[in-house]
Amino acid sequence: MSQHNIQVTVNGRLHTATVEGRLTLSDFLRVEAGYTGVHIGCEHGVCGACTVIVDGQAVRSCLMLAVQADGSSITTVEGLTAPDGTLHPVQQALRDEHALQCGFCTPGVVMTLAALTSGASKPAARTLLDALSGHVCRCTGYQGIRRAAIKLAGEPGAKK
Amino acid sequence: MKPAPFDYVAPDTIEDACKHLTEAGGGATVLAGGQTLMPLLALRLSQPFILVDINRIAALKGVSRTDGGTRVGPMTRQNEIIANSTLAAALPLLVTATRHVGHWQTRNRGTIGGSIALGEPAAELPATAIALGARVEARSARGTREIAAADLYIGPYSTALQPDELITAIRFPEWPAGTLPLFREVAQRPGDFALVGLTGAVTVEDGRISRAGIAWFGMGPTPVRASQLEKALLGQRVAGLDVQALAELAIAETAPFDDHHATAEYRRTVGRRIFARTVSEQLQPRNAT
Ligand code: FES
Ligand code: FES
Repeated sequence: MSQHNIQVTVNGRLHTATVEGRLTLSDFLRVEAGYTGVHIGCEHGVCGACTVIVDGQAVRSCLMLAVQADGSSITTVEGLTAPDGTLHPVQQALRDEHALQCGFCTPGVVMTLAALTSGASKPAARTLLDALSGHVCRCTGYQGIRRAAIKLAGEPGAKK
Repeated sequence: MKPAPFDYVAPDTIEDACKHLTEAGGGATVLAGGQTLMPLLALRLSQPFILVDINRIAALKGVSRTDGGTRVGPMTRQNEIIANSTLAAALPLLVTATRHVGHWQTRNRGTIGGSIALGEPAAELPATAIALGARVEARSARGTREIAAADLYIGPYSTALQPDELITAIRFPEWPAGTLPLFREVAQRPGDFALVGLTGAVTVEDGRISRAGIAWFGMGPTPVRASQLEKALLGQRVAGLDVQALAELAIAETAPFDDHHATAEYRRTVGRRIFARTVSEQLQPRNAT
């Protein structure tokens, strides 16, 4: 069972660690590095709660090994809020639309929407809603999350 | 942390990867995008001694035009396939099918080669490779060989690839301009594996079908090529196709089974209907005469 030295930048901070090959990125972020905003629901790629941004791409962190993230730059939900506590536009939209109840699925949803809306031009509502299919929410019935996504989209009024 | 312990290597070259696979003598598993393998590891359905991660091998990535076709590197991510303009022009069916693979988040890592090597019978890409007449280049320390996608699948998750072989390219033949993609899948939720799926390319010249490649997924222990249908379509006028009669032929070679999602009979019924609907909606309106 091999051990590996890794260097990962998380929310701008460099972390170095020695990890077992089988350690998932989600466990590394949550247990070893302390980013408990990375929620682990299913641990096998179904629920989307563990979504983080790795080198600009939203990915499920339970479907990557920590050793694979060596050298990369990662953003978790902790990295979105401004130091003074101002919410990221995605967080604000979800809050405005009452898009969470227990909040377990929320960090994953936030990271997906943040990754998709980070560019200069805002994607179509359709694109955001399609990407939400990668998240399971057991509480809200999704309508608030959908409203928040439509609000964040570039094209107004797209309903479906 | 749920996977059983394993050694992990991440070679930079195809040669090194092949060396690791040979040395492991069947105890190695190749890690591509990981979007299916990681769940299998977490559930301990897969317990390799050594995981050979091919994500660092640059030679396995990218899309290029070759004489007579298009070469797709197996480590090309599914979202890269969707965004690729060469593929949009040369192989629109591949782009359409890839849009249905998993979710946007999993397509950011999932690869075409991983999906084709895994051979999930209800997955979009193995069947689409068969429909398009793709050939898979497999390399090992013993040499390189090509396998037609149609000959690759033996059973669920079981392929003709040997344990020491690595897919190093997927080669698609040229399909002429005027080729139309046919694609439809029925799944319980978007992003799920299909209950039943149809994928195909049909070339129409002067209103007549000159070439057809069509395959099913979710309709048996492997993806299934509809070769009887392909033959029957050749030379036919698109406008005059008797889709109801052809629907029976279309599913003739399938071998669907009962599982907790649907019965075999349900799958056959849906198969006939989506064939008829797909031809009448995606093929005939563009060839009205
Ligand atoms: S914990 Fe990663 S997708 Fe559910
Ligand atoms: S708010 Fe509870 S799971 Fe989504």
